[in-house]
Amino acid sequence: MTKVNDFVIKFANVNGSGSASANLMFAKTIFRMGIPVSPKNIFPSNIQGLPTWYEIRVNKDGYIARRDGVDCLIALNPQTYQSDLKELVKGGYLIYDSTMERKFPRKDINVIGIPMASICAEHYDDPRQRQLFKNIICLGALSVLFKIDISVLKGLIKEEFQKKPKLIEPNLHALGLGRKYAQENLSSDFGLQLKLMKQKSKKIMIQGNEASGLGCIFAGATVASWYPITPSTSLAEAFEKYLHMFRSDSKGNIKGAVVQAEDELSAIGMAIGANWNGARAFTATSGPGVSLMSEFLGLAYFAEIPLVLFNIQRGGPSTGMPTRTQQSDILSSAYASHGDTTQILLFPSDPKECFEMSVDAFDIAERLQTPVIFMSDLDIGMNDWVVDELTYDDKHNFDRGKVLSAKDLDSIEMWGRYLDIDGDGIPYRTIPGTHPSKGSFFTRGTSHDAFAGYTEDGRINAENLLRITKKFNKSTKYLPKSIRRNAKNKTDVGLIYFGSTTPAVDEAIDYLSEEGYDINKIRIRSFPFDKTLENFISENDHLFILEQNRDAQMKFLISNELEVDINQFVSILNFDGSPLTAKFIVDEFKSKVKNNKKIIAKVKKSRTAA
Amino acid sequence: MSFIKKPNARHPNLPKNKLGLTRRDYEGALSTLCAGCGHDSVSSAIIEACFQLSIPAHRLAKLSGIGCSSKTPTYFLNKSHGFNSVHGRMPSVATGANLANRDLYYLGVSGDGDTASIGLGQFCHIMRRRLNMVYICENNGTYGLTKGQFSATNDKESKSRKGVDNMFESIDLAALAIQLGAGFVARSFSGDKDQLIPLIRAALSYKGFAFIDVISPCVTFNNHAQSTKSYEYFREHNEAVGFLDVIPENEEISVNYAEGKSIEVNVHDGSKMLLHKLNKSYDPGSRRKAIGKINDSRDKGEIITGLIYLDQNEEDLHDTLLTTEKPLNQLKKKDLSPGLKKLRQVNKSFS
Repeated sequence: MTKVNDFVIKFANVNGSGSASANLMFAKTIFRMGIPVSPKNIFPSNIQGLPTWYEIRVNKDGYIARRDGVDCLIALNPQTYQSDLKELVKGGYLIYDSTMERKFPRKDINVIGIPMASICAEHYDDPRQRQLFKNIICLGALSVLFKIDISVLKGLIKEEFQKKPKLIEPNLHALGLGRKYAQENLSSDFGLQLKLMKQKSKKIMIQGNEASGLGCIFAGATVASWYPITPSTSLAEAFEKYLHMFRSDSKGNIKGAVVQAEDELSAIGMAIGANWNGARAFTATSGPGVSLMSEFLGLAYFAEIPLVLFNIQRGGPSTGMPTRTQQSDILSSAYASHGDTTQILLFPSDPKECFEMSVDAFDIAERLQTPVIFMSDLDIGMNDWVVDELTYDDKHNFDRGKVLSAKDLDSIEMWGRYLDIDGDGIPYRTIPGTHPSKGSFFTRGTSHDAFAGYTEDGRINAENLLRITKKFNKSTKYLPKSIRRNAKNKTDVGLIYFGSTTPAVDEAIDYLSEEGYDINKIRIRSFPFDKTLENFISENDHLFILEQNRDAQMKFLISNELEVDINQFVSILNFDGSPLTAKFIVDEFKSKVKNNKKIIAKVKKSRTAA
Repeated sequence: MSFIKKPNARHPNLPKNKLGLTRRDYEGALSTLCAGCGHDSVSSAIIEACFQLSIPAHRLAKLSGIGCSSKTPTYFLNKSHGFNSVHGRMPSVATGANLANRDLYYLGVSGDGDTASIGLGQFCHIMRRRLNMVYICENNGTYGLTKGQFSATNDKESKSRKGVDNMFESIDLAALAIQLGAGFVARSFSGDKDQLIPLIRAALSYKGFAFIDVISPCVTFNNHAQSTKSYEYFREHNEAVGFLDVIPENEEISVNYAEGKSIEVNVHDGSKMLLHKLNKSYDPGSRRKAIGKINDSRDKGEIITGLIYLDQNEEDLHDTLLTTEKPLNQLKKKDLSPGLKKLRQVNKSFS
């Protein structure tokens, strides 16, 4: 039986062999054919020679989370043959380079050999070419097997090598070699097929870090200071790319500056200095970087300096799994730095939201005069996601917050940097160089009074700290709201989640609903938590929290901040470093409720009714 | 420290600069440092230099790290914005501030704890980047606020107040600065106003990274007989390489010096520097020779002072990064946000 537009293809490669661009082309071809697709790059923290995988899920119903079980394995790395083989579903296909023919210890699968290396050896002399074109020859053969619209693939190759046109012809030639071999030697009854579909809305395929870097451009960020760290590097690089694209003037001068700092301490210091001086500045890092930045985060919190910090989370603790995904910096980011500190967090769930929230993050940081930590992760940041086209409201003006101009200062009798004039805990700030005689003050991390003067008066310091608390308590009106969806049937079962697990949750809830489990869901998008989340918690009796860390950090944060009983929450935890599957949620959920008589009784009742 | 509040009354005939301001207009809060602290003399020299240069105080940002020296920006230029950052991190904050607005003066004041220990990395890298700023290190070889531990600039042959030997090599900040790309490198002494004020003036007029290592004795913890950072030791072992005159824009050079002994340098802001060498063979334009001179003096137990190195090719980080002339913090949405039409093009490249 042929499966159409609903399967998983997995490429097993050796890193540094040029497979990445060929794999991406394959995924992009599927995307251009209008079929919902989600590729996941599973790569080692290494440059050359170690195993790397590229998993592509194709799903006509639009489920784009990872899925277990591989329908077609393109096994190009003998190091991992044995373990890769285990993932193949019964009746699945194994495609390998049969230059060296070999036997595989499974009878329940189909093995297809393509002598890729020998075709290369026959047509190319240069060893590097043999290596690179092997990937394209493979792509050619796959295009025949999957019945791919070849014009789409050829068009992509032309685009890919637009800047090196000399490479177009050789690549098309290699593609032809693979196609020719497949047409002449392989059976046409391959059981997996890609068929053109019509997209419901205009889509793009983009990575979260790319979208965030672009968002910073649209937000008017002018200074980026960063230190290379996986998986955040591509964000700063995207910003720099778009900076040159959109902000170069006719003389080649640039309306912005990017500095690769000597370390994370310096990276955040520069961003703070620039924000203090009235530019919109950000830094991008991952967990280890946030640890190093913590001291400065406390300064920005206490001295009330806006800042946008992108934390593209990866597997921890310590150096952890640098190339795998986790949501394990929730607590260390929420309370980053010593003393009483709280930080604003944003939780995007896909690249489109990365773009939107990146634009908003700068408004929020300047409005609240405090750091905003953007909690993305490796899955969102570095994988290609198919999302709706990005949009931007040209009428939206930057919210620079409470900044006094020279004119404002002229008309003011008394001004204090930390005076709470409006009763919302947010004071007025001034930018250096604004006014010859008014508005200067001394920014400090030491205890200070409302006029920024140093004080060791405990009462004054306490008052100042309480004002900052007030600012945070009133902050939610500026933050992205939680999004809740109730189940079709009335239920008191609720699932709380956030970030990159969203596609898996959406799919899991559909499956569970088919089985009679009705679940209300709420997606957290920011911290401090909003009223919507508080209501959701009080309205549901059986609450589950899904997160990708060992210690149930979000559960602790919610219990601590909303002062609700921690024992009412059941955690569903995943921290193996892989993007989440719906099956994992379904299995975990069912195992956690199997002894819950109330839920089971309700499920049985609904099944009988159905 | 003194507990007397500064009076607001002013003498009506105080001398005024080009902006019509008096020295009092460049002062700050009353110092809380120990009586006789070298740092207070540096603050006075900064006030005098800014007064002489007629710098509008609000066009200067003063930045510091943590420590006694880093407290001093409170004691001068109270019409300037100040930023007392975290320990050793003033360079990064100054870098960000400068990137945001290239039109202001940036004056960083830090100590040897900030500069040679916790912030050594940031100090090195800010020089590599040639940030346009003046960095003054008030160097006393000791940790004052924590009561007298050795710092990394304390000489190996020096002893603590209690007679304990310093067992580690010292870091020569001026030599390091020359090595790493600072364009203007000087050393001076907090007690030598005549040398220090012109150096600060010249440094403020210089475009690029200007570093002044000011030996500024700690009267409480490091001013004893066995210290190499005491007033007495310095006065006995100081060897000036030259002295400096700063000639403001449109003013004639009125003094004649023996030929071959002075170097005239045009500074980007229109003023001139006249460097009078005390030793004819000394060449402050050579990195190699300048570092050699520092080492030679050190071997002789001397501390050289004055403008040790000057790169006349004035260049800063903005030149390297090709930043637009208009300060980044003054750009508006129309300059910055590409708009929906451009976003559609981006969408297309991902479709």
